[in-house]
Amino acid sequence: MQFTLCLYPISEAQNPDGGPSAKPQGLEYVVLRFRLSFSLSSPWYTSSMPPRRHSVSTITDSEVRTLELLANTIRQDILTMLTTAGSGHSAGPLGMADIFTALYFHILQHRPKQPHWADRDRLFLSNGHIVPVRYAAMARAGYFPVDELSTLRKFGSRLQGHPEIRYLPSLENTSGPLGDGSSQAVGAAYAAKMDGAPWHTYCVMSDGELECGITWEAALFAAKYQLNNLTWIIDRNNIQIDGYTEDIMPLEPVHDKFAAFGWNVLEIDGHNIRDIINACDRGESTWEAPTVIIAHTIPGKGVSFMECEPSWHGKPPKNRTELTSALKDLRTLGGKISNESL
Amino acid sequence: MTVRASAKLVRDLFAKTIKTEPTRNGFGRGLVIAGKNDARVVALCADLSESTRVLDFKNAFPNRFIQMGVSEQSLAAIASGMALAGKIPFIASYAAFSPGRNWEQIRTTGCIQNVNLKIVGSHAGISVGADGATHQMTEDIALMRVLPNMTVLCPCDALEAEKATVAAAAIDGPVYLRLGREATPIFTTPSSPFEIGKAQTLTKGNDVAIIACGALVYEALKAARDCEKLGIEVRVINCPSIKPLDEETIIAAAQECGAIVTVEEAQIAGGLGGAVCELLSQECPVPILRIGMHDEFGQSGTPAELLEYYRMTAPWIVKAVKQAMKKKG
Repeated sequence: MQFTLCLYPISEAQNPDGGPSAKPQGLEYVVLRFRLSFSLSSPWYTSSMPPRRHSVSTITDSEVRTLELLANTIRQDILTMLTTAGSGHSAGPLGMADIFTALYFHILQHRPKQPHWADRDRLFLSNGHIVPVRYAAMARAGYFPVDELSTLRKFGSRLQGHPEIRYLPSLENTSGPLGDGSSQAVGAAYAAKMDGAPWHTYCVMSDGELECGITWEAALFAAKYQLNNLTWIIDRNNIQIDGYTEDIMPLEPVHDKFAAFGWNVLEIDGHNIRDIINACDRGESTWEAPTVIIAHTIPGKGVSFMECEPSWHGKPPKNRTELTSALKDLRTLGGKISNESL
Repeated sequence: MTVRASAKLVRDLFAKTIKTEPTRNGFGRGLVIAGKNDARVVALCADLSESTRVLDFKNAFPNRFIQMGVSEQSLAAIASGMALAGKIPFIASYAAFSPGRNWEQIRTTGCIQNVNLKIVGSHAGISVGADGATHQMTEDIALMRVLPNMTVLCPCDALEAEKATVAAAAIDGPVYLRLGREATPIFTTPSSPFEIGKAQTLTKGNDVAIIACGALVYEALKAARDCEKLGIEVRVINCPSIKPLDEETIIAAAQECGAIVTVEEAQIAGGLGGAVCELLSQECPVPILRIGMHDEFGQSGTPAELLEYYRMTAPWIVKAVKQAMKKKG
């Protein structure tokens, strides 16, 4: 049996803006919600906690620095790939470079030379259009030669415009149509729990796809079956193709929505390597619920003329000049340093 | 009418006492057998476990049954995720909802990825009856047949449905299994042949061939019996495997009979009729008459009333056979 009592300061509860409360002072707290649930005959899925194999949070400052530099290299790879391809999305992949770096180089249990290793952690990608960042991270991790990145979106390439397991099985899933990848991650996590498998399922997804009904179907399911071996990472960059998410279809409060759905909700700065690693660690060690990490990111991060600009959502640098200027921006940390060799 | 011995049909085909059962019941039994054959088989259901007959599986393997609630899109995508992780998921709902509502998820996560997603659409066709057009799925064959990698099965009775379910679990890749709501005659036997990709020639005849699927195969047999009285020898072909189609059997029927009638409880555009036309227009063009839904939706009524109104019963099939005879000259 579990009993949860949530107490909130009355001023906050009554008046989220923080202005003067109309209610009489003196009563400090008000009970907003409580949940009482009985589990006398627990269903099978409540009892299985996947074994922790490692603590991902252990990382030194110099290791963090190494990952930050690696993320910068991956951003340069992305811009070069996209310019060569002549089409594709810039903002999302740049914004997610730190998260993919942290995943592939610190968090995930995986073997690049043995991509079908049965106990590997599964990383699903739901917003397939940001796949260039995944390709770049995978190449740098050793899944395939870095040279192959220049074949992105070309005929005969394993690096399809949207990720395809038919061409590159180590991607785990095919995606592009929004909402499908997060549901598949839920299915994989459920199957892993059935089998008592030790691996964790991650899914990187966009904020825009929170507009898809299927996302919330899957959210209900994951909460019902207490998929503690599942972590969704939402790229909260506030943009989608037609503009800002809050103009297109307001999503806030995202945190409260997931909390109401019964998820363990974490919010992080999606560019802070240590934040990313700590949040994933908490996700892997949460017992009762699936975890969603709302990663606040800056679309186009690292290239000043792309940052926070919706028009860069769905296009690449248009020529070598634009590419050179973007790469220079990355190598000099936005002009903060003059030497381009970081 | 001469029934071929190799079809191994029941002895007294048109007995009034012939046993009837919905094809969904056969699926329910088949799924339990598939579950016993392979521990990877799991079943997911969108709030319709009793009427889709997944309940038998739930009782046999409670830990391998997954209740999804009314959420057909994630039903398909979550099942595909399970398939990626090594399971063989069967997803069951009414055909109007799955594959009616979740076609894109079936396309992307099931077919492009080519995983073991087995889609079971119950309550297909107009014989659903009183529920009306919203629940009478007639476009499902066309929707599923057009998808690369997909296998499409429409068994003719409960026994064949059981065999089709076991076969669907045993092959690699996505499968759509089309089932009916109403109790219909069981005219095959446990030893009747069933194989994915094969059609069975049930009766001997070289005047006209009837190619049918689902419960209407029985109406086709009745039509063949009535045609015999008119001096027309009809070859009845049961075609449960709409994709892959048994091209050899169908081309041979066109060559030897010279005219075809297709019979299905679905839209003829893109349905079995469409599939046969596509094949024969290229390989052996002959007159083809198609019985089924002609670009319209159903309505409420008893199954018998609806089958009569939409011209799918034996007397209508006889009429089509006579027209086909005329057309071939």
